[in-house]
Amino acid sequence: MSSLSRDEVANLARLARIEMSDEELVSLASEFTVILEAVARVQEVAGADVAPTSHPLPLRNVFRPDVTTPSLTPEEALSGAPASEEQRFRVPQILGEEA
Amino acid sequence: MIHSSASEMATALAKGEVTSVALTQLHLDRIASVDKDVHAFLHIDTEGALAQASAVDAKRAKGEKLSPLAGVPLALKDVLAQKGVPTTCGSKILEGWRPPYDSTVVANLKKNDIVILGKTNMDEFAMGSSTENSAYGPTHNPWDLSRIPGGSGGGSAASLAAFEAPLAIGTDTGGSIRQPAAVTGTVGVKPTYGGVSRYGLVAFSSSLDQAGPCARTVLDTALLHEAIAGHDPRDATSINAPVPQVVAAAKSGDVKGMKIGVVKELNGDGYQPGVRARFEESLELLAKAGAEIVEVSCPNFEYALAAYYLIAPSECSSNLARFDAMRYGLRVGDVDGASAEEVMNLTREVGFGREVKRRIILGTYALSSGYYDAYYGSAQKVRTLITQDFTSAFAKADVLVSPTCPTTAFKIGEKSNDPLAMYLNDIATIPVNMAGIGGMSLPSGLADEDGLPVGFQIMSPVMKDERMYSVGAALEAALLSKWGAPILSKAPALGGVA
Repeated sequence: MSSLSRDEVANLARLARIEMSDEELVSLASEFTVILEAVARVQEVAGADVAPTSHPLPLRNVFRPDVTTPSLTPEEALSGAPASEEQRFRVPQILGEEA
Repeated sequence: MIHSSASEMATALAKGEVTSVALTQLHLDRIASVDKDVHAFLHIDTEGALAQASAVDAKRAKGEKLSPLAGVPLALKDVLAQKGVPTTCGSKILEGWRPPYDSTVVANLKKNDIVILGKTNMDEFAMGSSTENSAYGPTHNPWDLSRIPGGSGGGSAASLAAFEAPLAIGTDTGGSIRQPAAVTGTVGVKPTYGGVSRYGLVAFSSSLDQAGPCARTVLDTALLHEAIAGHDPRDATSINAPVPQVVAAAKSGDVKGMKIGVVKELNGDGYQPGVRARFEESLELLAKAGAEIVEVSCPNFEYALAAYYLIAPSECSSNLARFDAMRYGLRVGDVDGASAEEVMNLTREVGFGREVKRRIILGTYALSSGYYDAYYGSAQKVRTLITQDFTSAFAKADVLVSPTCPTTAFKIGEKSNDPLAMYLNDIATIPVNMAGIGGMSLPSGLADEDGLPVGFQIMSPVMKDERMYSVGAALEAALLSKWGAPILSKAPALGGVA
């Protein structure tokens, strides 16, 4: 379990939406074997009786008053966009033929 | 003047001995003369800084009541959004992005009339311990330009040590304020999680990230702490409680009767002899100042590093999904017929560096079905155990202490091909982030074997940040009277006028 093959890394890269060269996949796979062995140590002490902590603060459902406050203009919101058109973000084709 | 502390500069400004414009210009000149060697800055906002300085001078001339640090210049880590000023996070994927809004930290700096000189270099998205992972080249340690300044906030720490700025802002997810402070002979504080707003701080690991103050003295750090801290309705994890009285604590520096707990597990094998010697010496000085030194044990700390390298990558794999080439930042491969997914894949290949990709993939794995319980789930349990260790230790001591890092600054390139060796730098700083408590690093002297700065770490319970400032101020005063001059006076002169 504590090692990853080139193909497993390729699948993770696909899930994470990162194109990777074959060379990169192979070298990451070998690094992960070492890293996973080191991080797998958490399993030694994580007994069933220990509750998980996801966050340092015991906060739940923090609300603020529902009041309208000034926000970005469309120009400001689009100022960093790689492409925009008619006050909208212009994006590449989302629905492919295979879909 | 640039070698003074921020408080001394503030006093000179208040007395009219210098204007903020002149003080800002002195620092801009210093940056122009030494930053080609240090490379602490990614962007220098000459025009913006001088405009801000001139506005403070005008307010002062009119006799307006100003905040304690008004008119003093500061270096800002490039992970915090500043309206209209390039914000890259050390990444190619954000090259040229100018945020349309201010982070709350920046808004607070502006409200306090603190002059922002520019944006400092960092490991890409704050992932690293050496600033070598910046897409824009490494920062060099002013003590020895062939060595790392720590990371991820190496630029902020180096700017202080190079006298390019008397104040800086860092962010600390696993030690990114404290470890750079330690290896550059400066002071850095990670406040209690939730003490400083994360609004506009580009997220790496949301449950661990915390912005904080950096400076050359404990008092300056406290003044900056109070300027940026406080509740912010725009950050749901911001603590709605009064800011700890850190300035008063730094001014009094009283440790009489305080119990200081030495964490047994954070000192010993793997710590450089010079680091251990300076640590022991600091303990003796604190005992002389009236503190009681006790030993505490935190047995689960040995699992902290492993848990951190599951939790932080898991959260980062989710947080960095926002860099999708659609709304801001880089877009690659947007040719006729290319799908959104192909554009995302190509953009993220080109835009992210090696370490960022490594952590996104590791996080994607740790969160994936079938492995979630074994990795991310177990790491969350370790987080509980670490918090429990702190709770028991704080029942026996008011603050806990350790060396900030196991070694002094290493050579640039020395560990860049060994991720695990690099991760070990943060072994003593990570537990603090896991539990969300406060942590400070301040200089404890130079290691005998290499003459490089060593950091002393002080940890305080949630929202008791004032305690680390009391202890820090006491130790700083004792060390200063032993040395006769601040530690940075021993650093070699940089090119140009010292």
